[in-house]
Amino acid sequence: MESRSADTDIASRTEAIVGRLKPLEGPLLPILRDIQREFGYVPQASLPVIANGLNLSRAEVHGVVSFYHDYREAPAGRHVIKLCRAEACQSMGGDELAERLLGLLGLDWHETGADRKVTIEPVYCLGLCACAPAAMVDGEVIGRLDAEMVDQLAKAVQA
Amino acid sequence: MSVKIYIPGDSGAVALGADRLAVRMAEALKARDLDAEIVRNGSRGLYWLEPMIEVETEKGRVAYGPVKASDVDSLIEAGLLDGGDHPLSLGAPQELPFLKRQTRLTFARCGITDPLSLEDYRDHGGLTGLTNAIAMAPEAIVAQVTESGLRGRGGAGFPTGIKWKTVLGAEGEQKYIVCNADEGDSGTFADRMIMEGDPFVLIEGMVIAGIAVGATKGYVYLRSEYPHAIRVMNRAVEIAREAGILGNSVLGSDHAFDMDIRVGAGAYVCGEETALLESLEGRRGVVRAKPPLPAHKGFLGRPTVINNVISLASVPVIMDKGADFYRDFGMGRSRGTIPVQIAGNVKHGGLFEAAFGMTLGELVDDIAGGTASGRPVKAVQVGGPLGAYFPRELFDTPFDYEAFAAKDGLIGHAGIVVFDDTADMLKQARFAFEFCAVESCGKCTPCRIGSTRGVEVADKIRAGIEPESQITLMTDLCNTMKFGSLCALGGFTPYPVMSALTHFPEDFRPAPMSQAAE
Repeated sequence: MESRSADTDIASRTEAIVGRLKPLEGPLLPILRDIQREFGYVPQASLPVIANGLNLSRAEVHGVVSFYHDYREAPAGRHVIKLCRAEACQSMGGDELAERLLGLLGLDWHETGADRKVTIEPVYCLGLCACAPAAMVDGEVIGRLDAEMVDQLAKAVQA
Repeated sequence: MSVKIYIPGDSGAVALGADRLAVRMAEALKARDLDAEIVRNGSRGLYWLEPMIEVETEKGRVAYGPVKASDVDSLIEAGLLDGGDHPLSLGAPQELPFLKRQTRLTFARCGITDPLSLEDYRDHGGLTGLTNAIAMAPEAIVAQVTESGLRGRGGAGFPTGIKWKTVLGAEGEQKYIVCNADEGDSGTFADRMIMEGDPFVLIEGMVIAGIAVGATKGYVYLRSEYPHAIRVMNRAVEIAREAGILGNSVLGSDHAFDMDIRVGAGAYVCGEETALLESLEGRRGVVRAKPPLPAHKGFLGRPTVINNVISLASVPVIMDKGADFYRDFGMGRSRGTIPVQIAGNVKHGGLFEAAFGMTLGELVDDIAGGTASGRPVKAVQVGGPLGAYFPRELFDTPFDYEAFAAKDGLIGHAGIVVFDDTADMLKQARFAFEFCAVESCGKCTPCRIGSTRGVEVADKIRAGIEPESQITLMTDLCNTMKFGSLCALGGFTPYPVMSALTHFPEDFRPAPMSQAAE
């Protein structure tokens, strides 16, 4: 009963977003972006509403959601760490820092801790290649990461 | 009049503490009751000095850097507002060798002006190119861009004017200008810097493109990894609309042009132009087969100019100063300037805009000052994750599209990533395959399957399992990917792999004993 009412709530909030953005040329990505902003992820219950609103099949919408790295199937942890794994960061010891951070958090890429405090994701370039290694923590950019900063970061997100 | 203090709002500077510094500076000025205004400018691109702050004095601008929030008090006590001496003093920024040696055409204003001040933009030559373009026939604008020799700065190097001419000649009620701002290549940040530091130059370039080809609508497809750039561009579009640069009557003329910012969703392959168009239309970012060219059937099947940020941002200066002015810089068929992005393990990383023709060695040894770690340079990857690794023996290669191609490399978006002698080139080759596997759109088999097989082959070489036959297999696989893939993702992954294998063969034949000992 409770989950049904939660789904109804998701559906009506999704409908409002679809209604607002539908007039755009190519509205699906803007809609999904707003849905993720609204719910923190793209709920299954929103897919039929989007499909209906845009005259697409549910499979087409699912296909788009599953294609892009940004869209989450479930809410992220309270903190989200995106650590750059691309070449410029590798050249400055990014791989070692990544290992260290994953070890400290006890997580692998894309995982969220059981306590839901933190999600860790790889990112391939934040455009901060001249101050590598780089990360983004809850939307804030950090450059020239080192072991000490990684230790502090792990402590801060688990507090 | 209050003194202006410039503290970059560029995300690279912010990543190094510029926001904290700006807050601390504002508090300190207030506490001392000092009359000064903080302007959040773009970055000059000297990232080892960021946050680099500048003060406008009677003698001109005076720079300090790298400045931490904890330096604010001592700076003010040293007479910051009058450009007073301090251990962090850098003197006049334009006299710093890294800046003095550059030719800044596209980045002329970046780091100097307030990015969101149209007044600043006009005062520094902005909108002159657009004003000139409005007085010209579309064919004449296209001709001027063609004669300038400008080639696509996204990586492909296709002549911009030719692309525009095709769209101008294409039949269609509605045409579009699409700006590719999906700057996903590691080691590149020129698009990000210009969008954060001088957004109006991109808008101006897009409006000129619109007038030239008869397009009235534009989109910037901007990657989601750049939240700062998204904010600045959105605000700049609003300001441009209010000022009549965008809208039904561009600067009071008969031309209409409007544009919107669209945000990507974290797919590297959407930097490929046809995948980008699919994504913009709301589908999976799957590559389209060409033909038809986007110039004929692009966004929503309509004629579309799709250009990189830097290509479009270079148009205003060409329309302002003329095709000859721009074409007189450069070498061979690479005309004008190229904003080289120096990144990775370097002492002096940042943006270096100069005429084509500098050698890779000049950039790495001289301008970048070698590695940050102080160790010898082993390899330089030029052109992003799909670019080749160059050894020191090829450092005499000049920055020129054809010269790089002749050495089995590419300029790409002109990012260079420097690695010191601790780099393991087998690991880098494996990463190239791994990245291709993660980002493949899945449409063509060589890319989708080949990338995964490549990772496996690299792992076998690492494990010492028949390394010689695995190397043959890897070479064969690269050949298949290069010639059988639909787009540059699968087609260019062989560049980093084969260059690593060709120039650093010793890394692909690890001693079995040392492996066992690990």
